[in-house]
Amino acid sequence: MRAEGGDIFLGEPIDLTPRAPSAELLAAEVSGLDNLELTPSRHVALARRIVAAAAPRAAAVAIALLLWELVVLSHWRPSYLLPDPATVLAELWRMLTATDLPLAIGVTLRRAAVGYLVAVSIGASTAILVSRFRPLRTAVGSMITGLQAMPSIAWFPLAILLFGLDETAILFVVVLGAAPAVANGLLSGIDQIPPILLRAGHVLGARGFARYRHIILPAALPGFAAGLKQGWAFAWRSLMAGELLVIVAGEPSVGVRLQFARELSDAPGLLAVMLVILIIGAVVDGLLFGTLEKSIRIRWGLAGG
Amino acid sequence: MSNALPSILDQATRTVAEAAVPASASATTGGVAIELRDVSKAFGSGADRLVAVDGLSLAVGGGDFLCLVGASGCGKTTLLNMIAGLDKATSGTIRVEGQPALIFQEAGLFPWLTARGNVELALQLRGVPRRDRRPQAEELLGRVHLAGFGERRPHELSGGMRQRVALARALAQDARILLMDEPFGALDAMTRDLLHDELERLWRELGLTILFVTHNVREAVRLGERVIVLSSRPGRAVAEFAVPLPRPRRLEAPDVSALASVVRERLGEEVRLHAR
Repeated sequence: MRAEGGDIFLGEPIDLTPRAPSAELLAAEVSGLDNLELTPSRHVALARRIVAAAAPRAAAVAIALLLWELVVLSHWRPSYLLPDPATVLAELWRMLTATDLPLAIGVTLRRAAVGYLVAVSIGASTAILVSRFRPLRTAVGSMITGLQAMPSIAWFPLAILLFGLDETAILFVVVLGAAPAVANGLLSGIDQIPPILLRAGHVLGARGFARYRHIILPAALPGFAAGLKQGWAFAWRSLMAGELLVIVAGEPSVGVRLQFARELSDAPGLLAVMLVILIIGAVVDGLLFGTLEKSIRIRWGLAGG
Repeated sequence: MSNALPSILDQATRTVAEAAVPASASATTGGVAIELRDVSKAFGSGADRLVAVDGLSLAVGGGDFLCLVGASGCGKTTLLNMIAGLDKATSGTIRVEGQPALIFQEAGLFPWLTARGNVELALQLRGVPRRDRRPQAEELLGRVHLAGFGERRPHELSGGMRQRVALARALAQDARILLMDEPFGALDAMTRDLLHDELERLWRELGLTILFVTHNVREAVRLGERVIVLSSRPGRAVAEFAVPLPRPRRLEAPDVSALASVVRERLGEEVRLHAR
Protein backbone atom coordinates (compact mmCIF):
# COMPACT_ATOMS: atom_id res chain seq x y z
CA MET A 1 0.00 0.00 0.00
CA ARG A 2 1.29 3.39 -0.89
CA ALA A 3 0.66 6.49 1.21
CA GLU A 4 -0.95 9.28 -0.78
CA GLY A 5 1.64 11.91 -1.68
CA GLY A 6 3.98 10.81 1.13
CA ASP A 7 7.48 9.42 1.21
CA ILE A 8 6.72 6.36 3.27
CA PHE A 9 6.06 3.13 1.47
CA LEU A 10 4.74 -0.03 2.97
CA GLY A 11 5.39 -3.35 1.36
CA GLU A 12 8.12 -2.10 -0.95
CA PRO A 13 11.19 -4.38 -0.89
CA ILE A 14 14.09 -2.92 1.10
CA ASP A 15 17.67 -3.60 0.06
CA LEU A 16 19.25 -5.19 3.15
CA THR A 17 22.86 -5.44 1.99
CA PRO A 18 25.02 -3.62 4.57
CA ARG A 19 26.68 -0.56 3.12
CA ALA A 20 29.51 1.51 4.46
CA PRO A 21 28.95 5.18 3.67
CA SER A 22 31.68 6.94 1.70
CA ALA A 23 34.29 9.10 3.38
CA GLU A 24 32.58 12.27 2.12
CA LEU A 25 29.24 11.23 3.55
CA LEU A 26 30.84 10.38 6.87
CA ALA A 27 32.64 13.71 7.01
CA ALA A 28 29.36 15.48 6.29
CA GLU A 29 27.64 13.48 9.04
CA VAL A 30 30.39 14.34 11.52
CA SER A 31 30.17 18.00 10.65
CA GLY A 32 26.37 17.99 10.78
CA LEU A 33 26.36 16.37 14.20
CA ASP A 34 28.99 18.81 15.49
CA ASN A 35 26.95 21.79 14.40
CA LEU A 36 23.76 20.36 15.86
CA GLU A 37 25.42 19.76 19.21
CA LEU A 38 26.89 23.21 19.57
CA THR A 39 24.60 25.86 20.94
CA PRO A 40 25.04 29.16 19.15
CA SER A 41 26.86 31.62 21.39
CA ARG A 42 25.06 34.79 22.35
CA HIS A 43 27.05 37.98 22.11
CA VAL A 44 26.07 40.82 24.38
CA ALA A 45 27.32 44.27 23.40
CA LEU A 46 30.21 45.58 25.52
CA ALA A 47 28.38 48.77 26.46
CA ARG A 48 25.43 46.76 27.70
CA ARG A 49 27.66 44.49 29.76
CA ILE A 50 29.37 47.47 31.38
CA VAL A 51 26.03 49.00 32.28
CA ALA A 52 24.78 45.66 33.60
CA ALA A 53 27.88 45.31 35.78
CA ALA A 54 28.05 48.92 36.95
CA ALA A 55 24.38 49.55 37.74
CA PRO A 56 24.11 47.34 40.88
CA ARG A 57 27.41 48.70 42.23
CA ALA A 58 26.32 52.31 41.70
CA ALA A 59 23.04 51.50 43.43
CA ALA A 60 24.93 50.01 46.40
CA VAL A 61 27.06 53.15 46.74
CA ALA A 62 23.95 55.34 46.53
CA ILE A 63 22.22 53.30 49.25
CA ALA A 64 25.30 53.55 51.52
CA LEU A 65 25.51 57.33 51.06
CA LEU A 66 21.79 57.63 51.71
CA LEU A 67 22.03 55.65 54.97
CA TRP A 68 24.99 57.78 56.05
CA GLU A 69 23.03 60.94 55.28
CA LEU A 70 20.04 59.62 57.27
CA VAL A 71 22.24 58.90 60.32
CA VAL A 72 23.65 62.43 60.11
CA LEU A 73 20.16 63.90 59.74
CA SER A 74 19.01 62.01 62.86
CA HIS A 75 21.51 64.13 64.90
CA TRP A 76 22.78 61.01 66.62
CA ARG A 77 26.18 62.74 66.86
CA PRO A 78 26.96 66.43 66.34
CA SER A 79 28.04 67.24 62.79
CA TYR A 80 31.61 68.17 63.82
CA LEU A 81 32.02 64.52 64.90
CA LEU A 82 29.99 62.91 62.11
CA PRO A 83 29.84 65.17 59.06
CA ASP A 84 27.53 64.42 56.14
CA PRO A 85 28.73 62.78 52.88
CA ALA A 86 28.80 66.05 50.93
CA THR A 87 31.18 67.69 53.45
CA VAL A 88 33.46 64.63 53.49
CA LEU A 89 33.57 64.35 49.71
CA ALA A 90 34.39 68.06 49.45
CA GLU A 91 37.14 67.60 52.05
CA LEU A 92 38.45 64.57 50.12
CA TRP A 93 38.64 66.67 46.97
CA ARG A 94 40.44 69.44 48.83
CA MET A 95 42.95 66.99 50.33
CA LEU A 96 43.58 65.39 46.94
CA THR A 97 44.19 68.72 45.24
CA ALA A 98 45.72 70.91 47.96
CA THR A 99 47.60 68.59 50.38
CA ASP A 100 50.15 65.80 50.14
CA LEU A 101 47.44 63.09 50.20
CA PRO A 102 48.28 61.93 46.65
CA LEU A 103 51.88 61.51 47.76
CA ALA A 104 50.71 59.60 50.84
CA ILE A 105 48.56 57.36 48.65
CA GLY A 106 51.58 56.77 46.42
CA VAL A 107 53.75 55.69 49.38
CA THR A 108 51.04 53.39 50.69
CA LEU A 109 50.43 51.82 47.29
CA ARG A 110 54.15 51.27 46.80
CA ARG A 111 54.36 49.49 50.16
CA ALA A 112 51.27 47.45 49.29
CA ALA A 113 52.75 46.43 45.95
CA VAL A 114 56.17 45.54 47.32
CA GLY A 115 54.79 43.68 50.34
CA TYR A 116 52.22 41.84 48.26
CA LEU A 117 54.68 40.80 45.55
CA VAL A 118 57.16 39.50 48.13
CA ALA A 119 54.31 37.67 49.86
CA VAL A 120 53.18 36.11 46.57
CA SER A 121 56.65 34.91 45.65
CA ILE A 122 57.32 33.48 49.11
CA GLY A 123 53.85 31.98 49.39
CA ALA A 124 53.90 30.45 45.91
CA SER A 125 57.40 29.00 46.20
CA THR A 126 56.63 27.56 49.64
CA ALA A 127 53.48 25.95 48.25
CA ILE A 128 55.31 24.44 45.28
CA LEU A 129 58.08 23.11 47.49
CA VAL A 130 55.67 21.73 50.05
CA SER A 131 53.44 20.11 47.42
CA ARG A 132 56.38 18.13 46.06
CA PHE A 133 57.04 16.21 49.24
CA ARG A 134 54.17 14.47 50.95
CA PRO A 135 55.62 14.45 54.52
CA LEU A 136 56.37 18.15 54.20
CA ARG A 137 52.85 18.73 52.93
CA THR A 138 51.31 17.33 56.11
CA ALA A 139 53.74 19.06 58.48
CA VAL A 140 53.96 22.47 56.87
CA GLY A 141 50.38 22.51 55.61
CA SER A 142 48.90 22.75 59.08
CA MET A 143 51.54 25.28 60.12
CA ILE A 144 50.56 27.52 57.22
CA THR A 145 46.91 27.35 58.25
CA GLY A 146 47.93 28.25 61.81
CA LEU A 147 49.92 31.23 60.59
CA GLN A 148 46.99 32.39 58.52
CA ALA A 149 44.73 32.41 61.59
CA MET A 150 47.19 34.63 63.51
CA PRO A 151 45.94 38.25 63.55
CA SER A 152 48.66 40.17 61.77
CA ILE A 153 48.55 43.06 64.22
CA ALA A 154 49.92 40.65 66.85
CA TRP A 155 53.14 40.48 64.86
CA PHE A 156 53.87 44.19 65.21
CA PRO A 157 55.49 44.25 68.65
CA LEU A 158 57.96 41.63 67.44
CA ALA A 159 58.44 43.37 64.09
CA ILE A 160 59.20 46.69 65.82
CA LEU A 161 61.67 44.93 68.15
CA LEU A 162 63.40 43.30 65.20
CA PHE A 163 63.41 46.14 62.70
CA GLY A 164 62.67 49.29 64.71
CA LEU A 165 60.12 51.90 63.67
CA ASP A 166 60.93 51.37 60.07
CA GLU A 167 59.21 50.52 56.78
CA THR A 168 60.83 47.08 56.97
CA ALA A 169 58.74 46.35 60.06
CA ILE A 170 55.58 47.18 58.11
CA LEU A 171 56.58 45.08 55.12
CA PHE A 172 57.55 42.19 57.40
CA VAL A 173 54.03 42.06 58.79
CA VAL A 174 52.38 42.56 55.40
CA VAL A 175 54.33 39.59 54.05
CA LEU A 176 53.52 37.44 57.08
CA GLY A 177 49.87 38.38 56.74
CA ALA A 178 49.53 37.65 53.04
CA ALA A 179 51.98 34.83 52.27
CA PRO A 180 50.14 32.06 54.18
CA ALA A 181 46.89 32.87 52.36
CA VAL A 182 48.66 32.75 49.00
CA ALA A 183 50.43 29.50 49.89
CA ASN A 184 47.22 27.93 51.15
CA GLY A 185 45.35 28.93 48.02
CA LEU A 186 47.96 27.43 45.74
CA LEU A 187 48.21 24.26 47.86
CA SER A 188 44.48 23.71 47.79
CA GLY A 189 44.51 24.46 44.07
CA ILE A 190 47.15 21.76 43.59
CA ASP A 191 45.27 19.32 45.83
CA GLN A 192 42.15 19.78 43.76
CA ILE A 193 43.68 19.04 40.36
CA PRO A 194 41.69 16.20 38.78
CA PRO A 195 44.01 13.14 38.63
CA ILE A 196 43.09 12.62 34.97
CA LEU A 197 44.87 15.87 34.05
CA LEU A 198 48.03 14.73 35.83
CA ARG A 199 47.87 11.38 34.04
CA ALA A 200 47.31 13.14 30.71
CA GLY A 201 50.27 15.42 31.40
CA HIS A 202 52.53 12.51 32.29
CA VAL A 203 51.64 10.61 29.13
CA LEU A 204 52.32 13.76 27.07
CA GLY A 205 55.82 13.74 28.52
CA ALA A 206 55.59 16.66 30.97
CA ARG A 207 58.24 15.93 33.61
CA GLY A 208 60.12 18.01 36.15
CA PHE A 209 59.93 21.72 35.46
CA ALA A 210 57.67 21.32 32.43
CA ARG A 211 55.21 19.39 34.61
CA TYR A 212 54.87 22.42 36.88
CA ARG A 213 54.97 25.01 34.15
CA HIS A 214 52.48 23.39 31.78
CA ILE A 215 50.28 21.17 33.92
CA ILE A 216 50.31 21.74 37.68
CA LEU A 217 50.41 25.53 37.89
CA PRO A 218 47.78 26.21 35.23
CA ALA A 219 45.60 23.41 36.61
CA ALA A 220 45.86 24.90 40.11
CA LEU A 221 44.96 28.37 38.87
CA PRO A 222 41.38 28.54 40.21
CA GLY A 223 42.56 27.77 43.76
CA PHE A 224 45.60 30.01 43.34
CA ALA A 225 43.44 32.94 42.21
CA ALA A 226 41.29 32.56 45.32
CA GLY A 227 44.48 32.57 47.42
CA LEU A 228 45.79 35.66 45.63
CA LYS A 229 42.56 37.48 46.31
CA GLN A 230 42.52 36.50 49.95
CA GLY A 231 46.21 37.35 50.23
CA TRP A 232 45.50 40.85 48.96
CA ALA A 233 42.81 41.36 51.60
CA PHE A 234 45.25 40.25 54.33
CA ALA A 235 48.06 42.40 52.90
CA TRP A 236 45.89 45.49 52.78
CA ARG A 237 44.62 45.02 56.35
CA SER A 238 48.12 44.38 57.69
CA LEU A 239 49.43 47.42 55.88
CA MET A 240 46.79 49.71 57.36
CA ALA A 241 47.43 48.34 60.86
CA GLY A 242 51.15 48.82 60.29
CA GLU A 243 50.83 52.40 59.06
CA LEU A 244 48.79 53.32 62.12
CA LEU A 245 51.33 51.79 64.51
CA VAL A 246 54.64 52.39 62.76
CA ILE A 247 54.95 56.02 61.74
CA VAL A 248 58.06 56.54 59.71
CA ALA A 249 59.34 60.12 60.00
CA GLY A 250 59.20 62.12 56.79
CA GLU A 251 57.17 59.47 54.94
CA PRO A 252 53.55 60.51 54.48
CA SER A 253 51.18 57.58 54.13
CA VAL A 254 47.47 56.91 54.21
CA GLY A 255 47.74 55.43 57.70
CA VAL A 256 49.68 58.45 58.96
CA ARG A 257 47.02 60.77 57.52
CA LEU A 258 44.34 58.80 59.33
CA GLN A 259 46.24 58.95 62.63
CA PHE A 260 46.84 62.70 62.30
CA ALA A 261 43.19 63.35 61.48
CA ARG A 262 42.19 61.53 64.68
CA GLU A 263 44.73 63.45 66.77
CA LEU A 264 43.46 66.75 65.36
CA SER A 265 39.81 65.67 65.79
CA ASP A 266 39.42 66.41 62.07
CA ALA A 267 36.33 64.31 61.41
CA PRO A 268 35.84 65.22 57.72
CA GLY A 269 39.54 64.53 57.05
CA LEU A 270 39.40 61.24 58.95
CA LEU A 271 36.35 60.03 57.01
CA ALA A 272 37.88 61.21 53.75
CA VAL A 273 41.00 59.10 54.39
CA MET A 274 38.81 56.15 55.37
CA LEU A 275 37.02 56.52 52.03
CA VAL A 276 40.39 56.37 50.29
CA ILE A 277 41.27 53.12 52.13
CA LEU A 278 37.88 51.62 51.33
CA ILE A 279 38.05 52.59 47.67
CA ILE A 280 41.59 51.29 47.11
CA GLY A 281 40.76 47.98 48.80
CA ALA A 282 37.54 47.54 46.86
CA VAL A 283 38.96 48.60 43.50
CA VAL A 284 41.94 46.23 43.69
CA ASP A 285 39.75 43.42 44.97
CA GLY A 286 36.94 43.94 42.49
CA LEU A 287 38.71 45.11 39.37
CA LEU A 288 41.91 43.10 39.60
CA PHE A 289 40.97 39.90 41.41
CA GLY A 290 37.29 39.94 40.51
CA THR A 291 38.21 40.15 36.83
CA LEU A 292 40.89 37.47 37.22
CA GLU A 293 38.53 35.03 38.91
CA LYS A 294 35.74 35.73 36.47
CA SER A 295 37.92 35.23 33.44
CA ILE A 296 39.17 31.92 34.85
CA ARG A 297 35.63 30.77 35.50
CA ILE A 298 34.58 31.68 31.98
CA ARG A 299 37.62 30.14 30.30
CA TRP A 300 37.27 26.91 32.23
CA GLY A 301 33.54 26.76 31.68
CA LEU A 302 32.81 26.95 35.41
CA ALA A 303 30.55 30.01 35.13
CA GLY A 304 26.84 29.47 34.83
CA GLY A 305 25.31 30.78 31.61
CA MET B 1 45.95 -18.66 23.98
CA SER B 2 43.29 -20.37 21.92
CA ASN B 3 41.89 -19.11 18.68
CA ALA B 4 38.22 -19.84 19.21
CA LEU B 5 36.50 -19.17 15.93
CA PRO B 6 32.81 -19.96 15.89
CA SER B 7 31.61 -22.33 13.19
CA ILE B 8 28.95 -19.94 11.93
CA LEU B 9 31.71 -17.61 10.87
CA ASP B 10 33.77 -20.15 8.97
CA GLN B 11 32.13 -19.08 5.75
CA ALA B 12 32.82 -15.43 6.40
CA THR B 13 36.38 -16.18 7.44
CA ARG B 14 37.14 -17.86 4.18
CA THR B 15 35.73 -15.11 2.03
CA VAL B 16 37.62 -12.52 4.04
CA ALA B 17 40.87 -14.40 3.67
CA GLU B 18 40.56 -13.96 -0.07
CA ALA B 19 39.62 -10.29 0.25
CA ALA B 20 42.11 -7.49 0.53
CA VAL B 21 44.33 -7.40 3.59
CA PRO B 22 43.81 -4.18 5.62
CA ALA B 23 46.13 -1.52 4.26
CA SER B 24 47.84 -0.89 7.58
CA ALA B 25 48.62 -4.51 8.25
CA SER B 26 51.08 -4.90 5.40
CA ALA B 27 52.59 -1.43 5.82
CA THR B 28 53.53 -1.47 9.46
CA THR B 29 53.35 -5.00 10.73
CA GLY B 30 56.55 -6.33 12.08
CA GLY B 31 57.91 -6.30 15.56
CA VAL B 32 56.03 -6.42 18.80
CA ALA B 33 54.74 -3.07 19.98
CA ILE B 34 53.56 -4.12 23.42
CA GLU B 35 54.56 -7.23 25.27
CA LEU B 36 53.35 -8.24 28.71
CA ARG B 37 54.79 -11.30 30.35
CA ASP B 38 53.13 -12.74 33.40
CA VAL B 39 52.24 -9.29 34.69
CA SER B 40 50.59 -8.98 38.09
CA LYS B 41 49.51 -5.96 40.03
CA ALA B 42 48.33 -5.96 43.60
CA PHE B 43 47.24 -3.05 45.77
CA GLY B 44 47.50 -2.95 49.56
CA SER B 45 48.82 -5.72 51.72
CA GLY B 46 47.69 -8.35 54.22
CA ALA B 47 43.93 -8.77 54.49
CA ASP B 48 43.31 -5.69 52.35
CA ARG B 49 45.43 -6.96 49.51
CA LEU B 50 43.60 -6.70 46.20
CA VAL B 51 44.97 -8.41 43.14
CA ALA B 52 43.85 -6.33 40.18
CA VAL B 53 45.80 -8.11 37.46
CA ASP B 54 47.12 -11.64 37.84
CA GLY B 55 49.64 -13.31 35.58
CA LEU B 56 48.53 -11.55 32.43
CA SER B 57 50.49 -12.15 29.26
CA LEU B 58 49.79 -10.64 25.91
CA ALA B 59 51.59 -9.41 22.85
CA VAL B 60 50.39 -6.71 20.49
CA GLY B 61 52.13 -6.56 17.14
CA GLY B 62 52.93 -3.31 15.35
CA GLY B 63 49.83 -2.15 13.46
CA ASP B 64 47.50 -4.45 15.38
CA PHE B 65 44.12 -3.36 16.69
CA LEU B 66 43.48 -5.34 19.85
CA CYS B 67 40.33 -4.96 21.90
CA LEU B 68 40.11 -6.10 25.50
CA VAL B 69 36.64 -6.78 26.87
CA GLY B 70 35.95 -7.37 30.49
CA ALA B 71 33.35 -6.72 33.14
CA SER B 72 33.97 -4.41 36.09
CA GLY B 73 37.00 -5.39 38.12
CA CYS B 74 39.01 -6.77 35.21
CA GLY B 75 41.81 -4.37 36.06
CA LYS B 76 41.65 -2.62 32.71
CA THR B 77 42.57 0.85 33.95
CA THR B 78 45.41 -0.60 36.02
CA LEU B 79 46.60 -2.48 32.98
CA LEU B 80 46.59 0.59 30.73
CA ASN B 81 48.27 2.68 33.44
CA MET B 82 51.09 0.14 33.63
CA ILE B 83 51.53 0.05 29.87
CA ALA B 84 51.49 3.86 29.73
CA GLY B 85 54.16 3.99 32.43
CA LEU B 86 51.91 5.63 35.02
CA ASP B 87 52.12 2.66 37.35
CA LYS B 88 54.54 -0.17 38.03
CA ALA B 89 53.72 -3.87 37.90
CA THR B 90 54.11 -5.85 41.12
CA SER B 91 55.72 -8.64 39.13
CA GLY B 92 56.28 -9.63 35.52
CA THR B 93 57.74 -7.64 32.65
CA ILE B 94 56.24 -5.02 30.37
CA ARG B 95 57.92 -3.95 27.19
CA VAL B 96 56.53 -1.07 25.14
CA GLU B 97 57.93 0.51 21.98
CA GLY B 98 58.09 4.22 22.78
CA GLN B 99 55.72 6.28 24.91
CA PRO B 100 52.14 5.37 24.06
CA ALA B 101 49.34 7.91 23.99
CA LEU B 102 46.47 7.36 26.37
CA ILE B 103 42.86 8.29 25.71
CA PHE B 104 40.40 8.26 28.58
CA GLN B 105 36.64 8.02 28.85
CA GLU B 106 36.50 11.70 29.71
CA ALA B 107 38.71 13.46 27.26
CA GLY B 108 41.27 14.65 29.81
CA LEU B 109 41.78 17.85 27.87
CA PHE B 110 43.33 20.78 29.71
CA PRO B 111 40.49 23.22 30.39
CA TRP B 112 42.80 26.26 30.46
CA LEU B 113 43.81 25.73 26.83
CA THR B 114 41.83 25.92 23.62
CA ALA B 115 41.40 22.82 21.46
CA ARG B 116 44.39 23.91 19.39
CA GLY B 117 46.33 24.84 22.54
CA ASN B 118 45.91 21.29 23.80
CA VAL B 119 47.32 19.90 20.58
CA GLU B 120 50.10 22.51 20.53
CA LEU B 121 51.15 21.63 24.08
CA ALA B 122 51.65 18.01 23.04
CA LEU B 123 53.81 19.26 20.14
CA GLN B 124 55.75 21.57 22.45
CA LEU B 125 56.46 18.84 24.99
CA ARG B 126 57.73 16.74 22.13
CA GLY B 127 60.15 19.50 21.16
CA VAL B 128 58.50 20.80 18.00
CA PRO B 129 59.76 24.38 17.37
CA ARG B 130 57.30 27.18 18.08
CA ARG B 131 56.68 28.29 14.50
CA ASP B 132 55.81 24.75 13.36
CA ARG B 133 53.34 24.09 16.13
CA ARG B 134 50.41 26.09 14.87
CA PRO B 135 50.27 24.71 11.32
CA GLN B 136 50.83 21.17 12.61
CA ALA B 137 48.09 21.54 15.19
CA GLU B 138 45.71 22.89 12.55
CA GLU B 139 46.51 19.96 10.32
CA LEU B 140 45.93 17.43 13.09
CA LEU B 141 42.61 19.04 14.00
CA GLY B 142 41.69 18.85 10.33
CA ARG B 143 42.43 15.13 10.38
CA VAL B 144 39.73 14.60 12.97
CA HIS B 145 37.31 16.94 11.14
CA LEU B 146 37.73 19.78 13.60
CA ALA B 147 39.23 22.41 11.35
CA GLY B 148 37.76 25.75 12.42
CA PHE B 149 37.13 24.66 16.01
CA GLY B 150 40.68 25.29 17.22
CA GLU B 151 39.81 28.45 19.14
CA ARG B 152 37.12 26.72 21.18
CA ARG B 153 37.71 25.67 24.74
CA PRO B 154 36.99 22.09 25.79
CA HIS B 155 33.79 23.03 27.63
CA GLU B 156 32.48 24.67 24.46
CA LEU B 157 32.70 21.38 22.55
CA SER B 158 30.44 18.34 22.58
CA GLY B 159 31.62 15.07 24.12
CA GLY B 160 32.38 13.56 20.73
CA MET B 161 34.34 16.62 19.64
CA ARG B 162 36.37 16.54 22.85
CA GLN B 163 37.30 12.93 22.18
CA ARG B 164 38.42 13.90 18.70
CA VAL B 165 40.58 16.70 20.13
CA ALA B 166 42.04 14.06 22.46
CA LEU B 167 42.74 11.92 19.39
CA ALA B 168 44.43 14.85 17.65
CA ARG B 169 46.48 15.49 20.78
CA ALA B 170 47.49 11.83 20.90
CA LEU B 171 48.56 12.04 17.25
CA ALA B 172 50.52 15.20 18.08
CA GLN B 173 52.55 13.13 20.52
CA ASP B 174 53.64 11.17 17.49
CA ALA B 175 52.94 8.03 19.48
CA ARG B 176 52.77 4.86 17.39
CA ILE B 177 50.71 3.19 20.09
CA LEU B 178 47.28 4.34 21.22
CA LEU B 179 45.91 3.05 24.51
CA MET B 180 42.20 3.69 24.81
CA ASP B 181 40.29 3.33 28.06
CA GLU B 182 36.59 3.06 27.16
CA PRO B 183 36.94 6.22 25.13
CA PHE B 184 33.44 6.21 23.68
CA GLY B 185 31.55 4.90 26.71
CA ALA B 186 29.90 8.21 27.54
CA LEU B 187 28.82 9.15 24.02
CA ASP B 188 25.45 8.84 22.35
CA ALA B 189 24.99 6.05 19.82
CA MET B 190 25.30 8.12 16.66
CA THR B 191 28.39 10.00 17.79
CA ARG B 192 29.95 6.70 18.84
CA ASP B 193 29.24 5.20 15.42
CA LEU B 194 30.97 8.09 13.72
CA LEU B 195 33.93 7.95 16.08
CA HIS B 196 34.30 4.25 15.30
CA ASP B 197 34.58 5.19 11.66
CA GLU B 198 37.06 7.96 12.44
CA LEU B 199 39.22 5.72 14.58
CA GLU B 200 39.18 2.93 12.03
CA ARG B 201 40.18 5.42 9.35
CA LEU B 202 43.06 6.87 11.41
CA TRP B 203 44.27 3.40 12.28
CA ARG B 204 44.36 2.41 8.61
CA GLU B 205 45.85 5.67 7.38
CA LEU B 206 48.56 5.98 10.00
CA GLY B 207 49.30 2.35 10.74
CA LEU B 208 48.81 2.85 14.47
CA THR B 209 48.91 0.11 17.03
CA ILE B 210 45.77 0.30 19.15
CA LEU B 211 44.94 -1.34 22.44
CA PHE B 212 41.31 -0.61 23.13
CA VAL B 213 39.53 -1.51 26.36
CA THR B 214 35.76 -1.62 26.50
CA HIS B 215 32.78 -3.16 28.29
CA ASN B 216 30.95 -3.21 25.01
CA VAL B 217 31.48 -6.51 23.21
CA ARG B 218 29.89 -5.33 20.02
CA GLU B 219 32.16 -2.31 19.90
CA ALA B 220 35.15 -4.60 20.40
CA VAL B 221 34.14 -6.80 17.48
CA ARG B 222 33.30 -3.76 15.35
CA LEU B 223 36.79 -2.34 15.83
CA GLY B 224 39.33 -5.02 16.66
CA GLU B 225 41.45 -7.36 14.64
CA ARG B 226 41.47 -9.49 17.75
CA VAL B 227 39.32 -9.48 20.87
CA ILE B 228 40.60 -10.75 24.20
CA VAL B 229 38.21 -11.56 27.03
CA LEU B 230 39.44 -10.67 30.50
CA SER B 231 38.26 -12.29 33.69
CA SER B 232 37.40 -10.13 36.68
CA ARG B 233 38.99 -10.00 40.15
CA PRO B 234 41.70 -10.76 39.31
CA GLY B 235 42.11 -9.73 35.68
CA ARG B 236 43.46 -12.48 33.42
CA ALA B 237 43.25 -13.10 29.70
CA VAL B 238 40.86 -16.06 29.37
CA ALA B 239 39.98 -16.22 25.68
CA GLU B 240 41.05 -14.74 22.40
CA PHE B 241 38.96 -14.32 19.26
CA ALA B 242 40.20 -13.32 15.82
CA VAL B 243 37.87 -10.98 13.95
CA PRO B 244 38.31 -11.82 10.28
CA LEU B 245 35.58 -9.47 9.06
CA PRO B 246 36.05 -7.08 6.14
CA ARG B 247 36.47 -3.36 6.77
CA PRO B 248 35.04 -0.84 6.91
CA ARG B 249 32.68 -2.59 9.31
CA ARG B 250 29.28 -1.50 10.54
CA LEU B 251 28.18 -1.97 14.11
CA GLU B 252 24.83 -3.27 12.92
CA ALA B 253 26.21 -5.73 10.35
CA PRO B 254 24.98 -9.33 10.92
CA ASP B 255 28.47 -10.85 10.98
CA VAL B 256 29.64 -8.35 13.63
CA SER B 257 26.56 -9.15 15.62
CA ALA B 258 27.03 -12.92 15.24
CA LEU B 259 30.61 -12.91 16.46
CA ALA B 260 29.73 -10.44 19.23
CA SER B 261 27.17 -12.87 20.62
CA VAL B 262 29.81 -15.60 20.80
CA VAL B 263 32.25 -13.31 22.61
CA ARG B 264 29.41 -12.11 24.82
CA GLU B 265 28.65 -15.70 25.80
CA ARG B 266 32.28 -16.26 26.82
CA LEU B 267 32.31 -13.05 28.84
CA GLY B 268 29.04 -14.08 30.46
CA GLU B 269 30.69 -17.32 31.64
CA GLU B 270 33.33 -15.26 33.42
CA VAL B 271 30.80 -12.96 35.03
CA ARG B 272 28.64 -15.91 36.19
CA LEU B 273 31.59 -17.20 38.21
CA HIS B 274 30.99 -14.26 40.53
CA ALA B 275 27.30 -15.08 41.09
CA ARG B 276 26.17 -15.99 44.60
